[in-house]
Amino acid sequence: MRNAFLRTAVGAGLVLVLAACGGEPTESTTGGGAAAGGDTIKVGLLHSLSGTMAISEVTVRDAELLAIEEINAAGGVLGKKLEPVVEDGASDWPTFAEKANKLISQDKVATVFGGWTSASRKAMLPVFERHKALLWYPVQYEGLESSPYIFYTGATTNQQIIPGLDYLKEQGKTKIFLVGSDYVFPRTANKIIKAYAAANGMTVLGEEYTPLGHTEYSTLTNKVVQAKPDAVFNTLNGDSNVAFFKQLKSAGVTAESMPVLSVSVAEEEVTGIGVDNIVGHPVAWNYYQTTENAANTKFVAAFKAKYGDAKVTSDPMEAGYNAVYLWAEAVKKAGTTEVEAVKKASGGIALERPEGLVTIDGETQHMYKTARIGIIQPDGLIKEVWNSGEPIKPDPYLKSYPWAGSLAS
Amino acid sequence: MEGILNQLPIGLSIGAVLLLIALGLTFTFGQMGVINMAHGEFIMAGAYTAYLLQDFADRNAVLVALPVAFLVAGLMGLILERTAIRHFYGRPLDTLLLTWGVSLVLQQVARDLFGAPNVQVLSPTWLQGSLGPMPYNRLFILLLAVGSVVAIWVYMNRSAQGRRMQAVMQNRQLAATSGINTGRVDQRTFFIGSGLAGIAGVALTLIGPVGPTLGTYYIVDAFLVVVAGGLGQLRGAVIAALALGLLNSYAEFWTNASLAKVIVFAVIIAFLQFRPQGLFVLRSRALT
Repeated sequence: MRNAFLRTAVGAGLVLVLAACGGEPTESTTGGGAAAGGDTIKVGLLHSLSGTMAISEVTVRDAELLAIEEINAAGGVLGKKLEPVVEDGASDWPTFAEKANKLISQDKVATVFGGWTSASRKAMLPVFERHKALLWYPVQYEGLESSPYIFYTGATTNQQIIPGLDYLKEQGKTKIFLVGSDYVFPRTANKIIKAYAAANGMTVLGEEYTPLGHTEYSTLTNKVVQAKPDAVFNTLNGDSNVAFFKQLKSAGVTAESMPVLSVSVAEEEVTGIGVDNIVGHPVAWNYYQTTENAANTKFVAAFKAKYGDAKVTSDPMEAGYNAVYLWAEAVKKAGTTEVEAVKKASGGIALERPEGLVTIDGETQHMYKTARIGIIQPDGLIKEVWNSGEPIKPDPYLKSYPWAGSLAS
Repeated sequence: MEGILNQLPIGLSIGAVLLLIALGLTFTFGQMGVINMAHGEFIMAGAYTAYLLQDFADRNAVLVALPVAFLVAGLMGLILERTAIRHFYGRPLDTLLLTWGVSLVLQQVARDLFGAPNVQVLSPTWLQGSLGPMPYNRLFILLLAVGSVVAIWVYMNRSAQGRRMQAVMQNRQLAATSGINTGRVDQRTFFIGSGLAGIAGVALTLIGPVGPTLGTYYIVDAFLVVVAGGLGQLRGAVIAALALGLLNSYAEFWTNASLAKVIVFAVIIAFLQFRPQGLFVLRSRALT
């Protein structure tokens, strides 16, 4: 009995090893070309469906699946239906690189939509560059990057963090405290914030980082309260936000006494944090479920119809949803899914999306996006209180900001 | 100065959280030698119990959930012990793999039942506010930890069942020859240990996220407390939890959260060099 089990286990292990070896590319290094064969086009979706990031990433995958479904219902791309291949990055950065490799080499997908944390993007970047394959990354991030094989459909810093700081400055909040998770996005974001503060007469009273998945915030709360800042700039990611806001509230901090501006808390996270604990605090994004235009009305209705009325839509979901449409548009324009042709065709593509007009900047492969500051409402939705008026040109290296000169190095 | 003083109650409350999550493990790991990686998921089950009971008890769900979560998590533990773990006694590595697998399965079950995003558990209105630097919800957790310790102590030392449990723990063979049904005692121990995890889960809804991966955030800390305190030692666990809580609180206050974690681990490693068996050692005549 036990031997039989062992044999099966060893056999299964061997099969897995062989499958993995078979997936290594031997001659061709171009992704995309092979996928055009047959009557479907395979596209990869690579998000964390398990682990600490699953809370956020599952919803982005759902939005991407919705976009694929809608595009297929409208006749597909180049007369072919899109066929999603879904993989789980498991909140583990090497797994992202491994699964990206699998999608490109083994499944021969035309493009991949995936990632959330910058750590996962940084892990996948060399894989996509080596295979000359395309990644569409749907989340706001810390900028200072522009890979020729990545399209960034979320905001870069000058479309989210800098507008956020402009807003705080306008509100007269000059003494700020920085709280973030301990990885590349918060650390880089805070470098930018400190440079901005120095140039704009703001003071940074403290800068604290906690490991991802950290849930004990009483000490940090004490430090923040002792420092008496006008506002907190929060770059925590994932479940930590729940613990942070719950413990901040029990320490007596309110949105009136000390607003906490978050850049990684959207509609989806508000429920988990508990509206009670975060109501009145500001957030900075490019899209809210309440953003008013025809494309958004349609998106929200379609999302609720597919996934249930209780679901909310958020900025990264919308950016993931857009990514599929923008890629499909570029493929239609190029007439092929071949990566170089798609890249070439993408520049200047402009679509009316739920967040408003989105235009691909061919040079940086980032998007023109409108920045929006919102306040969390008692019903858990976010009401816009400020926007940039027009889509902001993406500037991942902050070249157009004199105070940011030393950051790009 | 005020900041430094505030860290004292904060340290105590961190210690109380550590104690609550580790109490159940002092039974299952400390007394039975089962490395139960699914302990974190029993904590999660407790938290979700509070979430579900909101439909009936609204904001006071946390109170109602305490006994219910004890039963729910306890029964889950009992089922795990009966169906799987009992076949693996004396094979710690196999148990570790088994329970780790079970923990992954339970996480996925939670994800399928409740969805991947965190859910909202409203805390009772009477737990909002604070007594000086100590929020009422932290005070509640501290009292809950003290209450649990007292209850366990009374059970272990004042009840016949508890004394049988101690007998099995100290010398299984001798206990068996004296007519104690050790299998029955194991079941009971596992039930209580897992049930305590459920209570911890309810308490954690006041301060942390409630989602499928909740258990993974606390499992390592729980094992740390049990190992540092000495296997199966109630007073060891209490002292270790409070010491680690205070150490954590001050280390983080003077450095930062990441470094504080490193310091805590370094101190524990150094401590175990001198006292590999933890703070207190169980004196046993068993031939193991």
